[in-house]
Amino acid sequence: MSVLAPPEPALTPVYSYPDALPHVPTHYCPGCTHGIAHRLIAEVIDEMAAKERTIGVASVGCSVFAYRYFGVDFAQAAHGRAPAMATGVKRVRPEALVFTYQGDGDLASIGAAEILHAAVRGEQITVFFVNNAIYGMTGGQMAPTTLLGQTTTSSPAGRDRATMGTVLRMSELLAQVDGAAYVVRRSLHDVVQIKRAKKAIRRAFEVQEQGLGFTMVELLSSCPTNWGMTPEAALGYIRDEMVPAFPLGDFKVPETRAEAGA
Amino acid sequence: MARELLKGNVAFAEAAIRAGCEAYFGYPITPQTEALEHMAVRMPELGRTFVQAESEVAAINMVYGAAAAGVRTMTSSSSPGVSLMMEGLSYMAGSEVPAVVVDVMRGGPGLGNIAPAQSDYTQMVKGGGHGDYRQIVLAPASVQELIDHTVLAFDLADRYRIVSVVLADGSLGQMMEGAELPAMRPPRAADASPAWALSGAKERDTNLISSIHLDPDEEERFNHHLQAKYAAIEAAEIRHEEHLLDDASIAVVAFGTAARLVKTAIAGERAAGVAVGLFRPITLWPFPTDALRDLSERVEAILVVEMNMGQMLEDVQRVVAERCPVGFFGRTGGVMPMPEEIAARIRALATQLGAAVSDAPEEVRT
Repeated sequence: MSVLAPPEPALTPVYSYPDALPHVPTHYCPGCTHGIAHRLIAEVIDEMAAKERTIGVASVGCSVFAYRYFGVDFAQAAHGRAPAMATGVKRVRPEALVFTYQGDGDLASIGAAEILHAAVRGEQITVFFVNNAIYGMTGGQMAPTTLLGQTTTSSPAGRDRATMGTVLRMSELLAQVDGAAYVVRRSLHDVVQIKRAKKAIRRAFEVQEQGLGFTMVELLSSCPTNWGMTPEAALGYIRDEMVPAFPLGDFKVPETRAEAGA
Repeated sequence: MARELLKGNVAFAEAAIRAGCEAYFGYPITPQTEALEHMAVRMPELGRTFVQAESEVAAINMVYGAAAAGVRTMTSSSSPGVSLMMEGLSYMAGSEVPAVVVDVMRGGPGLGNIAPAQSDYTQMVKGGGHGDYRQIVLAPASVQELIDHTVLAFDLADRYRIVSVVLADGSLGQMMEGAELPAMRPPRAADASPAWALSGAKERDTNLISSIHLDPDEEERFNHHLQAKYAAIEAAEIRHEEHLLDDASIAVVAFGTAARLVKTAIAGERAAGVAVGLFRPITLWPFPTDALRDLSERVEAILVVEMNMGQMLEDVQRVVAERCPVGFFGRTGGVMPMPEEIAARIRALATQLGAAVSDAPEEVRT
């Protein structure tokens, strides 16, 4: 029987909770990538020393309780309305860093009008669009982002193009809008992609602070519970099935580095 | 301030500005669009926020956001647009943010028309959105009252952290009459933010504006808190007008434009010797329950007149119970009741009661 050695004195922590993400246990399922997305956003808020001027707007879906996890002022919007509510906040608090955090049912379905027109007006807000191709909170129904043929509880025989249409690619759509300044898609399925996602989050916040227009970072995410997969298999599903349907990339960036103040 | 000739829609928009409204969000809809147009000019002039939203759904949620951030904010619309706002109004009640909504009602249901009506009494007074909530509802009967009620609506909204509604109609919005605007209130100090508002968590704990209470017991406790607040409002904020009721045997109960038309009818009937007066609820919620109950004990009959098919009537019947008979006359669909029609109903009622009438006309049945 081995005996653990006593801890080394004066150990320096090299990895801890960001200030903007207090140590609160989350309600997310094992293997869900919401935790990664939350952490990346909180790290960037810390790095920008923006905690005291950040206001978040939570949506309806699995991230309905996002306000519990971030150590910043928060509002909890009606389903799909976060971009409208964030518009109200940002217009009267232009000095604040304002972001929404929305899933694909919230943003691409019931909130399609609100997200589109926030972009049209060039609202100086940042949208984090967590796309896992399914309704998580209500137990796995089809979303506008559900892949063709993907089975869900409301497309039990698989999504059928003839009666259910096919995937709605919001980043590509919003990139067409003049008011959008920065629209990119990243993924959270491996470490390299996660690091790229964090850079995009930072860039989106910077573009907001430079007042260049609407910014959105779409994050391809997993839902092991409703996909009926192990967490590891779910990450593989993002890589092998979602990325081909939702190509990663920059769909809209400020025209010049100088313009972005980079 | 001098008396000016003012159009109702412009008058309430300017009154809101002078009451310190810092952000207006709206969507065009007849018969209130002049308010949106006035805001489109005046708010940017003053360095304040004006946004034409993509829908009334978005407009009310923008109001929700600005209210959550702690500034005086409002929207205005008309009946079909207000129907679209019910979701946002329920959320605002559920998170206790103050805001003002002016509803310039028109004929319905559905797309209906753009003519004046009192079609939204039930929707606004009873709560058209989900949940046990209330909003203060003020019913102006003139352009001057439209101005005064808009200012009052902001003050009450802030005092109670509640949505205040000014329930006008298309005739009030469109008519021009002499009225006096209030003086411009000095702007709010930049750092004068309510303690609960979203402003960035600097040197304080984080603030949250939310309407979610997942635990049913917690939600029930929150509802009881709301009910206690509503009871306090009912105790302190009821407003109504009594006109020629001291010796009246017949009382007409009407609000807003309908009450104004009733006054004209009453003047004629008084001249003919009919002892009739007007009871006008100014706050539709809180409803002047006690005063109306008292009245029902001293008059012989009540006639309710509305520009709908009897939405307030249900409240009058509830309060009066069996103390005296309650009749009803309403025109709907955007048709206004003419004073002569109202007078005929009053006269018929007086005849039924056997009251002394100097020049009784042929019998008219209600």
